[in-house]
Amino acid sequence: MTHSSAQLSADLQNLLPAHPGLRVGVDTVDIADVEAAWQHFGLRYARRLFTAHECDYALDQPGLVAERLAARFAAKEAVIKALNLGELGVDWRDIEVRRQADGACRLALHGRAAQAMAALPACQAALSLSHDKGHACAVVVLVPASPR
Amino acid sequence: MDQALDLQIRAILNQHGRIAIDAHALALQADLYQAGLSSHASVNVMLALEGAFDLEFPDRMLTRSSFQSIAAIQSAVTELIGG
Repeated sequence: MTHSSAQLSADLQNLLPAHPGLRVGVDTVDIADVEAAWQHFGLRYARRLFTAHECDYALDQPGLVAERLAARFAAKEAVIKALNLGELGVDWRDIEVRRQADGACRLALHGRAAQAMAALPACQAALSLSHDKGHACAVVVLVPASPR
Repeated sequence: MDQALDLQIRAILNQHGRIAIDAHALALQADLYQAGLSSHASVNVMLALEGAFDLEFPDRMLTRSSFQSIAAIQSAVTELIGG
C-alpha cells in the first residue's frame, strides 16, 4: 500500500503524544538458546553476562538455571532498550537483577549503565520478569520521579 | 582482507549465530540482525570469538554495531588481536 504525502501528514497528526520522561523496554529470550549456551560455554557464559548475585540465584535450582538466566538476560536487554544503551558499550553485568527476600526483583545499575541513568532526570524503575512455554520475557518501565 | 579470519568468523556465525542463511553466502556488509542474529546469539558469537582468538571484547565494543556485519566483526577482532 502506498501513502500520499497528504495521507502521511494526516497519519502523523493522529500520533498519540509521546510522554517526555516515560521509558519502556521489553525483551523476550528463547530459553532453549540460553540452555544451549550454558551447556556449550558453561561458567564462562554465566560469569561474562551475570553478576555473582544473579549466578548464585540461578544456579541454586539446577532444574531452572536456563529459565532464570534467560529472564535476567531479557531484563538486561530491556534496560538497554529503555535507556537506549545499544551503542554505548555496556557490560551486561552492569545491569543487575536483584531478587528481594519477598521474591520481587529490582534493578541495580553499575558502571556505564548507572552513568547513563544518572544523566537522565530522576526516574523510578519497575521490572517484571516471566518465563513460560520456552520463552522468558522482561519489561522495564522508567517513570520520572514525582516532585516532592 | 584476511581470508582465514573471514572464514573463521563465518564458521563461528554458522555455529553460534542462529542466522537463517549460510554465513558463507553473506556479503561482508550484510546486516546480521536482518539475517536473524538475536542479541542473545550475538553474545554466543562474542564468546566463541573470544575463545577462538584468545581475546576479550572490552566494554566499548559491546555495542550492537560491533556485531552488525561480518565486516564489523572482522574490524573488531583485527583491532583486538593487533592485526
